[in-house]
Amino acid sequence: MSIKDKNTAAQSDILMNIKDISLSFGGLKALLNVNLHIKKGEILAIIGPNGAGKSSMLNVISGIYVPQKGTVEWKGKLRKKIAPHNIARMGIARTFQNIALFRGMTALENILTGRNILMKRNLFHEMFYIGKGRRQEEEHRKKVEEIIDYLEIQSIRKTPVARLPYGLQKRVELGRALALEPELLLLDEPMAGMNVEEKEDMCRFILDVNDQFGTTIVLIEHDMGVVMDISDRVAVLDYGIKIADGTPDKVRSEQKVIDAYLGVG
Amino acid sequence: MPRDYISLDTFPKILRDNSHVYKGKPSIREKEYGIWQPISWDNFFNKALLLADGFRKKGLKRTDKIAIIGDNRPNLYLSIAAAQILGAVPVPCYQDSVADEIQYILEHAEVKIAIVENQEQVDKLLEIKNRLPLLNSIFYDDPRGLEKYNEKEVFSLAVILNNKESTNINLDEEINKTSKDDIAIMLYTSGTTGRPKGVLLSYYNIISVTSVACELEKTTFNDEVVAYLPMAWVGDNIFCVAQSYISGFCINCPESRDTLTIDMREIGPTYYFAPPRVWEGMLTQLMVRMQDASKIKLWIFNYFMKIAKKWGNAILDNKNVPITSRLLYGLGYFLVYGPLKNNLGLTRVRMAYTAGEAMGPDTFLFYRSLGINLKVLYGQTEATVFVSLHRDGDVDPNTVGPVFPGVDIKIEDGEVFYKGPGVFKGYYKNEAATKETVDAKGWVKTGDAGVIDSNGHLKIIDRAKDVGKLNSGKMFAPKYLENKLKFCGIIKEAVAFGDNKNFVTCFVNIDLEAVASWAERNNIAYSGYIDLAAQPAIYDLISKEIDKVNKDLSQDPELYDSQIKRFLILHKELDADDGELTRTNKVRRSLISDRYGKLVKALYNNEEHCFIETEVTFEDGRKGSISADLKIQDMDVYDLKDKVA
Repeated sequence: MSIKDKNTAAQSDILMNIKDISLSFGGLKALLNVNLHIKKGEILAIIGPNGAGKSSMLNVISGIYVPQKGTVEWKGKLRKKIAPHNIARMGIARTFQNIALFRGMTALENILTGRNILMKRNLFHEMFYIGKGRRQEEEHRKKVEEIIDYLEIQSIRKTPVARLPYGLQKRVELGRALALEPELLLLDEPMAGMNVEEKEDMCRFILDVNDQFGTTIVLIEHDMGVVMDISDRVAVLDYGIKIADGTPDKVRSEQKVIDAYLGVG
Repeated sequence: MPRDYISLDTFPKILRDNSHVYKGKPSIREKEYGIWQPISWDNFFNKALLLADGFRKKGLKRTDKIAIIGDNRPNLYLSIAAAQILGAVPVPCYQDSVADEIQYILEHAEVKIAIVENQEQVDKLLEIKNRLPLLNSIFYDDPRGLEKYNEKEVFSLAVILNNKESTNINLDEEINKTSKDDIAIMLYTSGTTGRPKGVLLSYYNIISVTSVACELEKTTFNDEVVAYLPMAWVGDNIFCVAQSYISGFCINCPESRDTLTIDMREIGPTYYFAPPRVWEGMLTQLMVRMQDASKIKLWIFNYFMKIAKKWGNAILDNKNVPITSRLLYGLGYFLVYGPLKNNLGLTRVRMAYTAGEAMGPDTFLFYRSLGINLKVLYGQTEATVFVSLHRDGDVDPNTVGPVFPGVDIKIEDGEVFYKGPGVFKGYYKNEAATKETVDAKGWVKTGDAGVIDSNGHLKIIDRAKDVGKLNSGKMFAPKYLENKLKFCGIIKEAVAFGDNKNFVTCFVNIDLEAVASWAERNNIAYSGYIDLAAQPAIYDLISKEIDKVNKDLSQDPELYDSQIKRFLILHKELDADDGELTRTNKVRRSLISDRYGKLVKALYNNEEHCFIETEVTFEDGRKGSISADLKIQDMDVYDLKDKVA
């Protein structure tokens, strides 16, 4: 294999390449000259103190925010401003810091909404539940049932999500994101407010999703124990600047990171 | 349809027959991806053959042992059937057992192949594999999380089941080789005392007992059962597997442990068994939920539950009931009982069993009054379950029913012995224990003290070793009295004394939750457990309950001497952390009478109160001490002749 081939192989391993971006809201600089790449199949954690720009970064990755400066490349192609439904079509799914489910709908229905963009419409077939319309519904329902089985939420399949405890709502939200069969899954504080047991379950699901479907995962998390345990790579932001990027062990021992978290004495 | 169990004398033979007789009818169902998927009898047989062929290729031979570990899953039941086809002996283990317990059983039983449900169990076995040289293959059912395992002895069951090449397997020769005296299954008793013992049950044991049970209850292939109790428990093997083989009915495997109530509602089993704590749990949950109902609904509920209490049991037993009461009960069925049963998933239940422990008569009669034919059975693994069983129309909540057909019973020194066709073949590799339990004439020692009442019902009183004698010479059965006290709901724990004494006394622990809510409703202020337990109003409340128990005991010629003369309410809850209870919440009698010896003395010395200081261990391990001056209360006792109104 020539050197050139190796380079292209490395290139195709990178799912998203964020080059030198800056994002500001009025006078507030949320992100400043940040470079970040996301490799295929990895679990990348973004950490940092409050207000460091983590959620902004996630929103740049998902395409909700368009940085004033710099470029975002998706699978080697320059990405322009895009509409939300096209983000999903690209294969990016996310969960939110504050749960954003349809509270009156059941867990099953909520997850089914994740299949929305994968459905092909034919009003006639769907009205009469025949032919393609019927086959399609069965197919999607099957996929959703697989996810329910996967996340072990069979017992709440038909429970309206408003009645579920917080930890389970988070799981349903993960289920909805998985229903999109995403290539890149963004998780905004997936374990916030969970007890130890719920956190352990969530960790297992995240690792399993990564393992079994090869889904690339980017997550923001405050629980350092979790971050160090499950991520392949950690990027640290502080006041909108990336101060470290590397394996958990490497990042943990970096002086800049320690200073950012503990303050400089 | 009566079948001839002389030629069909083993499970593999019955299964082969079922694959023709019940062709196309469901034998086992599992909910997968939200839909109940049945496996028909013929399909079940074919799959069992496939598995048997696969196991045979792994070197499984006649009388070899295979372990089954996991929740109730069709593939695990299939593995049992497959092993039996080859003449091998399945050994189901409790799925919650820790690795060390499983190691003991696998080692003792010389298991060669283990069939397990999932990653959790595979991990457990891999942990102990080095210590089990005989174990050569581990098969798993659910592949989740196991993709990356490359241990050479771990295999997926699916590989055998999906093997396209092995069609038309004919194992008729193997099946014909099985005989009625072969060991059908080996079940390890849970071993509350000492190491677990492997109970060997032959096909003759199981088929002769089960066919009688099926005839008695008239089970048919239209019955439905939900398999949710551990596969290692004898009940699951008899009530589900054996009765399903004989009657052809369908076993339904719940989707997961959490979905049981939903699955019950969807399946609507006609046949249901549960230990008393499950029935009690259901009732408590129901009552708590009723408290949140609107006033009018609550009124309707209470009104019709009174009607049900009065007439329900009689209607179920086909006794004479006035037509107006029948009509009222019918209306109640429409408004309350029907919806209630539906909610519990018990609408279609035709026969329901409970066993294992004593069950409160109120709880028992509650279910019967709803029209659920709940019956108590008494049995043991060593008896292939059945020793005695309530019959339709002849049910008494205080007994465990008349002796099971074909079983003989005798009572020696108060202890119950039985013999019959179900008596096991012995404990595996434990001749000494077998001899200790079964005598030369085939009588099996139960370790339970019991009596046979005037209706011919067996009544279990206590563990025989706990039963003592009062100075009057009458029997003293502490656990029986304690259970009677605990049924009222406000007494959480009780300890009765009376062995070698003139009369019976007891310690009482109040149930903080129940008594606190009573105190709240009656405007009684208190600061904590010690304060509440010492309140005169609470003493009155408890003495009313004890009085009821005394009245009840006074009618029993055997037990009227056991009426409780004096009691006190303990200032602290008996706690496993202090060693007063076992981890399974059983009272440690000798320890308690030592630690509280001063109180026991006071109970028998006519003292009116007694000061006590006790050391307690807090949850974080620190020690402290609490003290209190406890009041002792006297109770009225009734004469035997007193007719209680």
